[in-house]
Amino acid sequence: MTLRLYLLQRLTAALMVPLIVGHLATIIYATHHGVSAAEILGRTRGSLGWALFYGLFVLLAAMHASIGVRSVAADWTSLRGRPLTILMWGFGVLLLLLGARAIYAVVAS
Amino acid sequence: MSGLNQRLHTAGHRRDLFWVAAIVHRVSGILLACFLPIHFLVLGLAIERTAALDGFLKWTELPAVKIAEAGLVFLLAVHLLGGIRVLLIENLTWRPSQKRLATAAIGTAGVVALLFFLRAL
Repeated sequence: MTLRLYLLQRLTAALMVPLIVGHLATIIYATHHGVSAAEILGRTRGSLGWALFYGLFVLLAAMHASIGVRSVAADWTSLRGRPLTILMWGFGVLLLLLGARAIYAVVAS
Repeated sequence: MSGLNQRLHTAGHRRDLFWVAAIVHRVSGILLACFLPIHFLVLGLAIERTAALDGFLKWTELPAVKIAEAGLVFLLAVHLLGGIRVLLIENLTWRPSQKRLATAAIGTAGVVALLFFLRAL
């Protein structure tokens, strides 16, 4: 792992700490009150706050997870060089696109 | 180092609490990375129609799925706590108490997962 990726991995991890705590608290709260599409969408639809919260979360998670997948592949498989870079970018872009679609679905659709 | 000594050394580090904490952090990260695309796809169902999302959420009422959900919350909690452990070890002066911190992290994650599971039942 290059120094830049190493630092980015740590930076995204540190920034996600409060977001994950908030997400876990929301999961526990929502589960206690019964999870339904109406309950989820009632909370998120039209909410700029949730859009920003989950927008940042998806961006950080996509970067963190793709760098992590690259590290694991480098340690535990024979992949080296360009294939590792393609794997990292491919997984990161996939997560970004699916995450953006999910946010659009629960906030704006 | 002889082959035997090398094997003993290799086997020895696997009993180390730090090694266990590192492998738990890595495996929980891999499993979360596998889950994330599915999680986003399910939320994306709301684009098509609310009923599609509700249909999926009804499926999550099954006991086996509830157990899997508790497992996912456990993975997220354990990865969070393992990550905090890594950030502390790398950025603060190394202390012997960090082994206890690693153990406490795993234990706390277990309690969070258990809490979620009990509330969900």
